[in-house]
Amino acid sequence: MIKTGNIIKVGIADAEIVSPPDTIRTSGLGSCVGVVLYDERSKKAGLLHVMLPDSSLARSGEINHAKFADTGIPFLIDRIGLPAARLKAKLAGGAQMFQFSGQKDTMRIGPRNVEAVKETLKKYKISIVSEDTGGNSGRTIEFDPVNALLHIRTVNVGEKTI
Amino acid sequence: MSYEEDITAYHLDILKEIGNIGAGNAATALSSLLGNKVDMAVPHVKVVSFDEMMDIAGGPDNVVVSVFLRIEGEMTGSMFFILSTHQAESFIRTLTNNKAFNFNEIGESEIGLSALQEMGNILSGSYLSALSDFTNLNLYPTVPAIAIDMAGAIISYGLVELSQAGDKVIVIDTELTDEGEKQEGANGQFFLLPDPESFKILFRSLGVD
Repeated sequence: MIKTGNIIKVGIADAEIVSPPDTIRTSGLGSCVGVVLYDERSKKAGLLHVMLPDSSLARSGEINHAKFADTGIPFLIDRIGLPAARLKAKLAGGAQMFQFSGQKDTMRIGPRNVEAVKETLKKYKISIVSEDTGGNSGRTIEFDPVNALLHIRTVNVGEKTI
Repeated sequence: MSYEEDITAYHLDILKEIGNIGAGNAATALSSLLGNKVDMAVPHVKVVSFDEMMDIAGGPDNVVVSVFLRIEGEMTGSMFFILSTHQAESFIRTLTNNKAFNFNEIGESEIGLSALQEMGNILSGSYLSALSDFTNLNLYPTVPAIAIDMAGAIISYGLVELSQAGDKVIVIDTELTDEGEKQEGANGQFFLLPDPESFKILFRSLGVD
């Protein structure tokens, strides 16, 4: 009998891990970035839904690590429980959902999130295998640890797999 | 300590009254635009997590039509007017007098979106002018932006400011129902999301500590 897996759902500013036969999904990424870290050998993977680029933006004492790129990535590496050297990354998100004239920095949040994620991955020497970032469409993404494929669905530009 | 911990039940009642006054004014404006009676539900004021905020709008995957603007001035925040695509089409049909309007028809959607943006402009303007009169605060809304996309992708944009101060959202949620359109549930939702530091300003303007 083929065992069919469950879909593990990751909320906004949240991180979860997955192993086959389960898959992992996060819905409605706009300016947020979905970061998948995976190990092809053990088929272990994790998904992080980053909302903000840097934890220095936090104005309250206790922080939710999964909310920020700089703290979320080490948090996810820890959750997966493998050395960073064994992990690879796939990214999606970081869209610019609305255009305003005279934009404040906070309105450019999508591109800033993508930059911060890339910088943090570089720090941990994790290579980015593929990405689907930018644009101005929302994305729902699902990762299958068996074949390490990331399926991306958008409302306005269709579906693709990276 | 997060800002929302200072908010008491009394404060929530005041926010509810703000939703009442703002959306009441907007309902009147919508009613005269459509030539129909428009009903307004009693506003809900909730302190919710980010994920719960998406659920209020039908879930992060739910495709919605949204008019979004930022409020600048003495108080700052984000405002959304959210419609289902079905409802947006119905409003556009009435506004443009084109009974066959449909978002999938190429070449038509531009005028439809423009009509909808103007409607968003009028509705949010009437909401905010009522809020400004009530509080005596000077408010300067940005020109509304319109998007058709997943609710999660749209609303998370309005959470950027809030999310720097905590993991909760205080949302003033008001539903409008167009009486000319007999269908289940609400036809449109207003979300007012004041930025964290704006709550004190808002309460002080009304003489409440």
